Amino acid sequence: MTNAMREPLAGYNFAYLDEQMKRSIRRAILKAVAVPGYQVPFGSREMPLPYGWGTGGIQVTASIIGAEDVLKVIDQGADDTTNAVSIRQFFARTTGVATTERTAEATIIQTRHRIPERPLGPGQIIVYQVPIPEPLRWVEARETETRKMHALQEYGVMHVKLYEDIARFGCINTSYNYPVLVNGRYLMAPSPIPKFDNPKMDRNPALQLFGAGREKRIYAVPPFTSVKSLDFEDYPFDVQHWDHCCALCGAADSYLDEVVTDDRGGRMFVCSDTDYCGERRTAGHVGAGTPVALAAEAAE
Amino acid sequence: MYVAVKGGETAIRNAHALLAEERRGDPAVPELTLEQVKEQMALAVDRVMTEGSLYDRDLAALAVKQACGDLIEAVFLLRAYRTTLPRLAVSEPVDTATMDIRRRVSATYKDLPGGQVLGPTFDYTHRLLDFSLAETGHPQEKPAHGDAAAIPERMPKVVDVLDHEGLIEREIAPPEPAEATDLTRVPLDFPAGRDARLQNLARGDEGFLLALAYSSQRGFGSAHPFAGEIRMGEVAVEIVPEELGFAIEIGDITLTECDMVSQFKGSATESPKFTRGYGLSFGHCERKAMAMALVDRTLRTRELGGEALYPAQDEEFVLSHSDNVEASGFLQHLKLPHYVDFQGELVTVRHLKAEAARRRPEQAEIVP
Repeated sequence: MTNAMREPLAGYNFAYLDEQMKRSIRRAILKAVAVPGYQVPFGSREMPLPYGWGTGGIQVTASIIGAEDVLKVIDQGADDTTNAVSIRQFFARTTGVATTERTAEATIIQTRHRIPERPLGPGQIIVYQVPIPEPLRWVEARETETRKMHALQEYGVMHVKLYEDIARFGCINTSYNYPVLVNGRYLMAPSPIPKFDNPKMDRNPALQLFGAGREKRIYAVPPFTSVKSLDFEDYPFDVQHWDHCCALCGAADSYLDEVVTDDRGGRMFVCSDTDYCGERRTAGHVGAGTPVALAAEAAE
Repeated sequence: MYVAVKGGETAIRNAHALLAEERRGDPAVPELTLEQVKEQMALAVDRVMTEGSLYDRDLAALAVKQACGDLIEAVFLLRAYRTTLPRLAVSEPVDTATMDIRRRVSATYKDLPGGQVLGPTFDYTHRLLDFSLAETGHPQEKPAHGDAAAIPERMPKVVDVLDHEGLIEREIAPPEPAEATDLTRVPLDFPAGRDARLQNLARGDEGFLLALAYSSQRGFGSAHPFAGEIRMGEVAVEIVPEELGFAIEIGDITLTECDMVSQFKGSATESPKFTRGYGLSFGHCERKAMAMALVDRTLRTRELGGEALYPAQDEEFVLSHSDNVEASGFLQHLKLPHYVDFQGELVTVRHLKAEAARRRPEQAEIVP
């Protein structure tokens, strides 16, 4: 699973960015760690991958990665989605570091839209790719206003939005990028992870770094910091539930992707975290599956 | 049957190979050379250099070729390369009054010192498809070069010299030139200074600025502009190396500069006068320079005591959305997989639907 170290790409600095740029990003990261949940502006650069593809996460990873690191990159929970493959190749080429698909083996995990199911440990760093770092953006479009609201800790408007959801729909109508309060102070966008993953952020032993390249912001949740999803006493925060288990590994505790299997409404639910699913199957867990799916798996 | 989304690596490699094949097109047709792009697609090269924030005709031509003529993609290629370049020096401000003029027109004064120089322009061409260009090697009419000596070496800006009544505001350099903001090094902050605004607009998408400028002309923010002066030509770039302590020339660059003049009716603190907007581009990007100058002026609305009511007057709206590399990336990232979020939405919508049906059972039946 782990690909060994290689020689980095000739003609470019280690991890693409020059050392001055990496230092300026690390300074922003240090500030972000010191003020959990606060969005630190930084001099984001154009990267060879487009904005929206994870340039913020890539710049954060590039500035912290060292020759000894073992990198895992996931998109939608999976290591083998095209964008995850592309970013992993980028770092394999520009740094030559070892890469892995195993959550347990990685020292740095760059992710888009998921937190791995396997609990992270001390010493690990998870780097989130963030499209819109501002949790208040859908309530207030102007950066000049939202900065003031953060400064004054004026978050009532977000509670009003959640309340209006309950009044209109009977529940809070936000399934991903669900707003959290960090360390009892800053309202923070957890990036578009499903709210299923929100509880994993709370008092996590790993360092959590967030990079938004296009919006030029970095923020962080240091290890063991409180991360609370907003809710009401009578409408406590809740995560998604499925009536199914993973069809491949039988997991009842993981986030499931719904796979359309035919044009007659056939569905199959499988773990979105491919490493978690694979580990479970290796350990002998079997889902209800379908014979066809199992045969296809066996053939691989 | 369920087939996991495997094989991303092979798929990506094949996509790159297919793209290379598309780029080359029919192999029976000779391959495009960078010299050809540079010489014969010069305006594309100019736009890519301007929005790419890098003056290098060879690299811009390469970017245009590599991007198959997609100019925003070419701008992106140039910007990504720019990230890896060290900063060796900061130039002295260029003096466009000493420009080696190839084109200079003013719409505000009929005649002026130095005269009007039409230069190479589409302005008075009849837009008739020239079928003779469909054939290569057709004879070209040689331009009659006027008396170059008639163009003075130093040609001060029209609006700086011809206004003896002080009706047009002067652009006065600050006595102690502070270090200009560089948006490629520090993030944009609001309120943005004029330096940050002009840099943002200079890098901004031509189409976006054109539409904004046009909207202000049509009444979404009243600008009443006149093209005070447009000039295009070569300007020397100088740096002061630390070990020398005096300025040396490191080369010439082509620039297009535009001064727009707009009427200003005055406010409680300011007397009525003509105000100015400024546009500048690498190469010959006249439409861009003009649009930029107009938008620079509309963005001064608040500074001049007005209320920003329209998009073209709204600094945060304009400056946050002008960059086409940012905009194109964020728009196109919608192609990336979002099935985790979509799954969350599926769960929510199913729940909402069940909830609605529970509340109003009669409505649930309408749904097929």
